[in-house]
Amino acid sequence: MYSFEIESPTSVADAVAALGKEEAQALGGGQTLIPSLKARLAAPSVLVSLKNIDEIKGVSVDGGTITIGGGTTHATVAAEVGGAYPALADLAVNIGDPAVRNRGTIGGSLANNDPSACYPAAALASGATIVTNTREIAADDYFEGMFTTALEEGEIVTAVRFPVPEAAAYIKFEQPASRFALVGVFVAKYADGVRVAVTGASEDGVFRWSEAETALTSKFSADALDGLSLSGDGMISDLHGSGDYRAHLIAVLTKRAVKAAA
Amino acid sequence: MPKDHGIGASQKRREDVRFLTGAGQYTDDINTYGQTYCVFLRSDVAHGTINSLDTSDAEAMPGVVRIFTGKDFEGIGGLPCGWQVTDKHGEPMKEPAHPVLAQGKVRHVGDPIAAVVAESLEEARNAAEAIVYDIAELPAVVDMKAALEAGAAKVHDDLSDNLCYDWQFGSDQAAIDEAFSSAAHVTTLELVNNRLVANPMEPRVALGEYNRANDESTLYTTSQNPHVIRLLMGAFVLGIPEHKLRVVAPDVGGGFGTKIFHYAEEAFVTFASRQINRPVKWTSTRSEAFMSDAHGRDHVTKIELALDADNNFIGLRTDTLANMGAYLSTFSSSVPTWLHGTLMAGNYKTPAIQVNVKAVFTNTVPVDAYRGAGRPEATFQLERLVDKAARELGVDPIALRRQNFIDSFPYATPVAVEYDTGDYTATMDKLEEMIDREGFAARRKESEAKGKLRGLGINCYIEACGIAPSNLVGQLGARAGLYDAATVRVNATGSISVMVGAHSHGQGHETAFPQVVAEMLGIDESMIDIVHGDSSKIPFGMGTYGSRSLAVCGSAMVRATEKIINKAKKIAGHLLEASDADIELKDGQFTVAGTDKSVAWGDVTLAAYVPHNYPLEDIEPGLEETAFYDPANFTYPSGAYACELELDPETGRVTIERFAAADDFGNVVNPMIVEGQVHGGLAQGIGQALLENCVYDENGQLLSASYMDYAMPRAEDVPFYMVDHSCATPCTHNPLGVKGCGEAGAIGSPPAVVNAVIDALHSGGYTHVEHIDMPVSPHRVWKAMQG
Repeated sequence: MYSFEIESPTSVADAVAALGKEEAQALGGGQTLIPSLKARLAAPSVLVSLKNIDEIKGVSVDGGTITIGGGTTHATVAAEVGGAYPALADLAVNIGDPAVRNRGTIGGSLANNDPSACYPAAALASGATIVTNTREIAADDYFEGMFTTALEEGEIVTAVRFPVPEAAAYIKFEQPASRFALVGVFVAKYADGVRVAVTGASEDGVFRWSEAETALTSKFSADALDGLSLSGDGMISDLHGSGDYRAHLIAVLTKRAVKAAA
Repeated sequence: MPKDHGIGASQKRREDVRFLTGAGQYTDDINTYGQTYCVFLRSDVAHGTINSLDTSDAEAMPGVVRIFTGKDFEGIGGLPCGWQVTDKHGEPMKEPAHPVLAQGKVRHVGDPIAAVVAESLEEARNAAEAIVYDIAELPAVVDMKAALEAGAAKVHDDLSDNLCYDWQFGSDQAAIDEAFSSAAHVTTLELVNNRLVANPMEPRVALGEYNRANDESTLYTTSQNPHVIRLLMGAFVLGIPEHKLRVVAPDVGGGFGTKIFHYAEEAFVTFASRQINRPVKWTSTRSEAFMSDAHGRDHVTKIELALDADNNFIGLRTDTLANMGAYLSTFSSSVPTWLHGTLMAGNYKTPAIQVNVKAVFTNTVPVDAYRGAGRPEATFQLERLVDKAARELGVDPIALRRQNFIDSFPYATPVAVEYDTGDYTATMDKLEEMIDREGFAARRKESEAKGKLRGLGINCYIEACGIAPSNLVGQLGARAGLYDAATVRVNATGSISVMVGAHSHGQGHETAFPQVVAEMLGIDESMIDIVHGDSSKIPFGMGTYGSRSLAVCGSAMVRATEKIINKAKKIAGHLLEASDADIELKDGQFTVAGTDKSVAWGDVTLAAYVPHNYPLEDIEPGLEETAFYDPANFTYPSGAYACELELDPETGRVTIERFAAADDFGNVVNPMIVEGQVHGGLAQGIGQALLENCVYDENGQLLSASYMDYAMPRAEDVPFYMVDHSCATPCTHNPLGVKGCGEAGAIGSPPAVVNAVIDALHSGGYTHVEHIDMPVSPHRVWKAMQG
């Protein structure tokens, strides 16, 4: 780890001001950034910890919408959204291990947009709204590829708003070493249609499987997916699975997610 | 009632109190006055020539004490290999230099180029990054077959090629040819034994300290065998005589073989501390461990079994390529030869066996012993092959094994070893009882009803432990003796310190060894402590590996305790005014046989140190004895294992549902510790079978270089084990009748898992799948199913 200054503002406004400093970097739960710092792969001069900003923490349910503060840990999401949105709680409780879940935050995960992370699938499948200190971004406009999002320099994810679906499920097939998603599929059924988001698989990061969405919107049943498949082209191919294998798993897991949701 | 005292009692491990309360003293916990910190600059390419290496800018950075490069080690010895293998033409193996810091060339990713010694770790890291160097990358050899092809890049320029040795062993060619030409059936299998990284919880650490006043060096290190390190480093690398060199291996957080070897970092910190006259400490990061700890396994094998018309095994032939990596690590050369070839008979009376091994240099981390070392490789190929033969012949895999079991002992195999005892039918009977084989069909139906396939895999194993008879291994090329030693020091009030050459780093010696002495003397274990891990405190023993501690060092301890008893009886005889021949020792009391005259253990020990009333004309005062023990033979633990698993045909994912191990370890001192050892071995064997894989790309870059890509087994990956060691045939040649249990689980479990996967696939109609290489990952299973 290289030396750096650390700031711990208690308001979003102060955090934004601190992020204006040269080579400043926001620190959420640190589950990606701290290992990168330790390996000397990142060298910010100022770390702006978002940990003490109470206004971006917590879960609230208002009618059909759940709002989760960007600084809310996975453990809190797991504990508090189960009643309103069980699939989301189920996703959160299966991220990493207890240490990860008690440090890592939803805002940090979405800002990082790891191609194998779980939350991007939930946000995209739910048609969530990513709220920042300056604007609101629809999930469909937010994820721009591996580790790339619509966030501008110095922009902080302050909250995520999830419309609660009629039915939903997330099925994760774990990469054997990291236990991130080798493939994860989130299926969410809303009154106006079904959304299917896939993480872990594509070289472009999380994506929607539109063919499956069309099929499931007309009939929300696993057999509606019979015969549908994806090509392995453009899928991640690594030590743990080829692109073809990932494409195969997407079809398998989508069916399982529909069964679990139905 | 189970015993609660002495041999056979499941006493809780006394060492766990400090381990579980954070009070252990590991090497990294040791910090000394004036200590400096060392960081190695390591090669990021697999093969290259160092054109330039400029440390001048780095030397000027804050906190830098000194920077060392290969130049500082010119004329200083390299790291030695402890075993010379002679090839099939009678030539010695090729033994390239293994410098402490690179001499002009780098040969694997992680090869140390330079070392920065600084006032703090951060300053050392900063300076290491500021070293300016230019390495001209050369083509790397990674694949062993490619490494042996004509024109392949050479790992070592001064050698003719990348072949370390071409070794052949076993029956003569005519006998092998006869077996295969007369065979009614030949089964052939080609397979890979995957390369593993040991990954002990505690990474390696070395702290060198020099005392100029008396010219003594001390090395604190994460080692399984401090005296071996003292011998190798002192005599072969740095030229420090033994009496000026102390090696301390304090609490060690797991070894699994990879902490046997003498490493460059140990020699470096010892050397550097003498140069700068300050202590030098190096603590491996986990990333460094992946690219500098010796790896394990990495064999590619073709194996063939010849059977007669009655399904008797009549011949076995193997051809193995064994990866040595870029340099010969301490015992690397012995693993694919004498620790592997000698086990190829397995549990079977195959009359003709020939083992061929080519050891190959590649631009990868050196490969050496890892839990089982050679024996898992032997067991895996043989037991996969027998399973395939049974399927080809349409016979029951258990029946085929039983039919060919060795059933009379001692048994001399065609591969040079003589099994003293064993009862393979008994362990197989026990296994069948444990696994409810009759109920398997119903369990398979239940799985199928859920859309899953269910497989049952069986295998046997035999291993050679209690390493090793020194005269025998000397003939085979070992450059060290493999005896062990113990000193039993009885104190005046009767408490005892036992100084042992074995090193405990998870094996529970501190609990089990006192149980033996307590049993022999009839006193309480709490009066006995074990001292280990410090060459200045213990006799010259050879350490812990090869499941040898109790069989070899424990035997030395028994011999030393017998000497204590003999002397104590003389003292007691004097005190009781009787002949020592009439003295009996029971429950800590010395009694004149047939009388009620007795003295207690404590009275005798006090007399030894306060010899007011003592036969000084006949015996010396004091009560301390040392014994060295050299075993007459290896020990041969054996057993039968079964794995039952479910396979998800949609994803290829395998879930182990049941695992049973019926072992013959001979006599058992602490059953609970033995079961724990088996559990740990099984977890590592299952890890190898399903998860772990060390992978290089074609350029020699390590792809599985962190836990993000190297899959370690976790609790959820293993089932609740069923283990049994009741089928005991005691070892005939050591005083405790013990055989060793540390490696069995890792040796015996991988073939059971893979056999079960193949069984499951065949049950689902995937009969084209005859083998899947380990790790049997979901992706590999799915790919195999696609045909």
